[in-house]
Amino acid sequence: MAVGVRIQDLRKVYSSSPPLGATGSSIARADAKGGKQPKTQIPALDGISLEILPGEIFGLLGPNGAGKSTTVGVLTTRVRPTSGQAWIGEHGVWKEQARVKHLIGVVPQRPNLDFSLTAREILIFHAAYFGIGHKHRNERADALLEKFKLTERANQMVRGFSGGMMQRLSIARAMMHDPQVLFLDEPSAGLDPQTRILLWEIIREYHQAGKTVLLTTHNMEEADALCQRLAIIDHGHVIALGTPVGLKASIPGGFLVRLRFGNQTPDLLQRLQSLPGVREVRAADGAADSTGADVYADRGGSLIPEIASLAANSGAELSDVHISEPSLENLFLHHTGRSLRD
Amino acid sequence: MNWKTFGAMLARDAHVARRNAIQLLLQTFLQPLLFVFIFGRVMVGSGYMPAAYKSLLLPGIIAISMVFTGIWAVAMPLIAEFQWTREIEDRLLAPIGVGWIAIEKVIAGMLQALVAGLIVIPLAWLVLRPGVEISIHAPVTFAVIIGLVATFSACGGLALGCSINQQHIGLMFGMVITPMIFFGCAYYPWSALKTFPILQKAVLINPLVYASEGLRATLVPRFSHLPIAAVLTVLLFFDVLLLVVGLRQFEKKAVS
Repeated sequence: MAVGVRIQDLRKVYSSSPPLGATGSSIARADAKGGKQPKTQIPALDGISLEILPGEIFGLLGPNGAGKSTTVGVLTTRVRPTSGQAWIGEHGVWKEQARVKHLIGVVPQRPNLDFSLTAREILIFHAAYFGIGHKHRNERADALLEKFKLTERANQMVRGFSGGMMQRLSIARAMMHDPQVLFLDEPSAGLDPQTRILLWEIIREYHQAGKTVLLTTHNMEEADALCQRLAIIDHGHVIALGTPVGLKASIPGGFLVRLRFGNQTPDLLQRLQSLPGVREVRAADGAADSTGADVYADRGGSLIPEIASLAANSGAELSDVHISEPSLENLFLHHTGRSLRD
Repeated sequence: MNWKTFGAMLARDAHVARRNAIQLLLQTFLQPLLFVFIFGRVMVGSGYMPAAYKSLLLPGIIAISMVFTGIWAVAMPLIAEFQWTREIEDRLLAPIGVGWIAIEKVIAGMLQALVAGLIVIPLAWLVLRPGVEISIHAPVTFAVIIGLVATFSACGGLALGCSINQQHIGLMFGMVITPMIFFGCAYYPWSALKTFPILQKAVLINPLVYASEGLRATLVPRFSHLPIAAVLTVLLFFDVLLLVVGLRQFEKKAVS
C-alpha cells in the first residue's frame, strides 16, 4: 500500500550557515563559543505545512536557498527541526527514525557514495544494511546496474566515476531496498539531456509501481513534465500549491511581457494597465522608481505594437522587450517578484 | 536495535580493512618495529642500554601499537566520511539509531586494536630475541586490560574523529598523538620519572600511561609499575568518558 508524507508547521533555524545540501557539517563550533560571537540565526523553514498523497509524484520548486533541501533533510531524519512535525505514513520522522528509514529512499543533491567500495559493493552493502538476504540482494543489484547502464563498471571503485555515473548509482542505491517513498534532491542537476530522460523514465516507472516520489528542483521544465502536484517555496514558505496546469492557470492572463525603458514617465504603468487584454502591471523588481514593467496579459506578441506606440506617446523610450508564455517561471515571478534563477 | 544492520556495517568495515590490509599493516607496525630494532637491538647490543630494557620495552610497544591503531582506525575514516563527500550518509540512512552507527565504528576499531596488539607481540619478540623474558602471569587481568585499552583507543578515535576537520589532521598528530606517545610511559616505566616530580604527576592525565603500565604489570611484573587496581579504574574511567564525548560529538556531526 502506498505511503503518504505529511509535514505540519515545520520550522528550522540554523545557528550558522545551513550546510550545503542541508545535510549537515559540524555546527558544534558556534555553540561551543557561546557568547563570544553573535550567532547568525538563519531561518531555513518558516512554518511549512504540506500533505503529499500516497502514490503521488510531488515537486518542491524554488530557487536555491528556498528551503527545499532542508525540508527533505527533515523528512529523511538528517535535519532536526526547530519545531513542527513530520510523518512518513503513520510514523513520526523524529520519534520512529529506524522505521521511517525503512520506508524511504534518498537521492542526495551531491553524490555521497562510499568511496571505499566498488559500484556493485555499494548496492550490495546498502541492501545488507536493510536486512535483505544474500541471494535477493545480488539479483537486485545486477538488475539495477543493468537498468542504470552501469554493468560494465560494476566492479570498479567509484572514485573515478563521472558525475552522471555517480548520480545514476545514487539513484540505483536509493531503490535497492524498494522504498515506499523516494526522495530526490535536485536529481537532474548536472546530468546530460540523455541521462535526464532516462532518469525521468525511471521516476515515472517507479511511480507506476505505486510508490510516492518527492523531488526538489529549480528546473521548471522538470517540475512541469514530472510532477502531479507542486509546492512552490521561497524563503521557507509555501507560496503556491497545486497541479502544474492549475498553477499556470492562476497566473493573471498567462502571458508575461517584461519591458525595460531608457526612461519612464510617471503615469506609464497606469496607461499600460488600460490596454485591452492586460490583467496586471507591476513595476519591475518591485521598486516604484524602476525603469521597467512586468505586464501580465492574456496575449503576448499582439500586444507589442500597442505598447510601443503607448510608450512613444508618453515619451518613454522602450529599450528591451521579452515575451514569455504561461509557465511556472512566470508564476514564481508573479508571486515573488524575482526570477527563479536569480 | 537492528542486529542485521549492525552486522552489515561491521562486515562493510571488515571488507574495507581487508582491502587496505597491507597499507594498514605498514602504517601500524613499521614505526614501533623500527623503534624496537633501534632501542632493543642496536642500543642494547652495543651496550648503551642494559639487556633488561628489552623486556621493559615490549609491553610499551604493544600499548602504543594498540592505541595508535584504535585511534587511527576510527578517527581517520570518520574524518574523511564526514567531509564534503558525506560518504557516511548511506549508513546514517540505514534503519538503525544514529548512536549505533558510532558504536559500530568503536567495535570495529576495538577489533583492529586487538589484532594489532596480538600481531605486534610475536613480531617484536622476533626482532628482540634472545633475551626477552615475558610471560602472562594473570591471563584474566591481561585480557581485561587489553580489552580496556582497545576500548579507550577506539572511543578516543571516535571523539577525535568527530571533533576535528580534515585540515587539522596534522595538528592532531603533532599536538595530541605525538605528546601522548612520548609521555605515555611506553619507552620507560612511570617510576623512571621520579626525578621529574611535576612531570610525573602531569603525565597521569595521559591514558596511554595506564595502558603501558598495565601491560607491564601483567607481562613483566618484576619491573616497578602502577598498582593494577588503579590502572583498571582509570582505564575504565577513560573508556566511559571518551565514549560519552564521542557519541555526543558524533550525533552533533550526524544531524544538523
